[in-house]
Amino acid sequence: MELREIEILLDKYFDAETSVAEENQLKMYFSSSNVAPHLEQYRSMFGYFAQAGRQRFEKTIPLKTKKRYVGWLSVAASVVIAFGVFTFINKEPQEDLGTFDDPEIALRETQKALNLLSNNVNKGVNSINYLEEYENSRKTIFKK
Amino acid sequence: MNQSEFVNIITPFKDRVYRLAKRLLISNEEAEDATQEVMVRLWKNKNKLESYSSVEALAMTITKNYCLDQLKSKRATEMRLVHSNYSDREPGLQQQAEDRDSWEWAEKLMNKLPEQQRLILQMRDVEQYDFEEIAKIMDMNESAVRVALSRARKMMREELTKMHSYGIKRN
Repeated sequence: MELREIEILLDKYFDAETSVAEENQLKMYFSSSNVAPHLEQYRSMFGYFAQAGRQRFEKTIPLKTKKRYVGWLSVAASVVIAFGVFTFINKEPQEDLGTFDDPEIALRETQKALNLLSNNVNKGVNSINYLEEYENSRKTIFKK
Repeated sequence: MNQSEFVNIITPFKDRVYRLAKRLLISNEEAEDATQEVMVRLWKNKNKLESYSSVEALAMTITKNYCLDQLKSKRATEMRLVHSNYSDREPGLQQQAEDRDSWEWAEKLMNKLPEQQRLILQMRDVEQYDFEEIAKIMDMNESAVRVALSRARKMMREELTKMHSYGIKRN
């Protein structure tokens, strides 16, 4: 193609007036080996446009059919819940812990249990006495 | 619509979606994620696809909006990733090393353009869409597309001429 024609096309190109066919003519010209020296700087641009159009998307597209799966999941969940409720309702009353026939023994055993409880409570209370000591010494110090 | 019918519809333009996403997001990984996201969105709306005159234009519009949103949220969180994968090239291209170098320069220059101009330049000069399609995808009128395209091309020309006269390309 005539150099003059190319120059005219280039001017049109930069004004965005060229058609796709004319732009392809330009691309052809700049991919050839005899580009005029004063147009050399445009060669990389047109070469790049052509090369950029050859990039491919290589990954797969994840098209999951999710809906059916979710449906079955809810069925499974409701089965589990129904089973849980069923076993909860049908649970046997708690087994017998045993009782005393003789009221004397019952009283003794009760007292024993309560003693054990109060001993353990006192253990905690004892350590509070220490705090009182601190309070006393604080008072003696700060009064002076 | 079943899966293979859907794949038949998207196969002609999925590479274009990827290239448009890469033009905006620059990084390969982000562009791949964006492409997958766009395709999944189309798949979810597969029953409505028949009512669109051009699924490709719809896909490009979704891609453009999705990528611009991504860029916006990235900016909002002040995360500026520096991508270093400019050197990534398609294998099997039997071109001269010198050509590749100059293409990389052209790519860098193009990616410095404002987003709108980058999109339009990509769709016209790489994908060869006509102005009507670009106007539809960009939601602009055709003359506005022409003005933006002309501006983008002239910006490229200015930078290329500058570079050429400094002799950077020829080192």
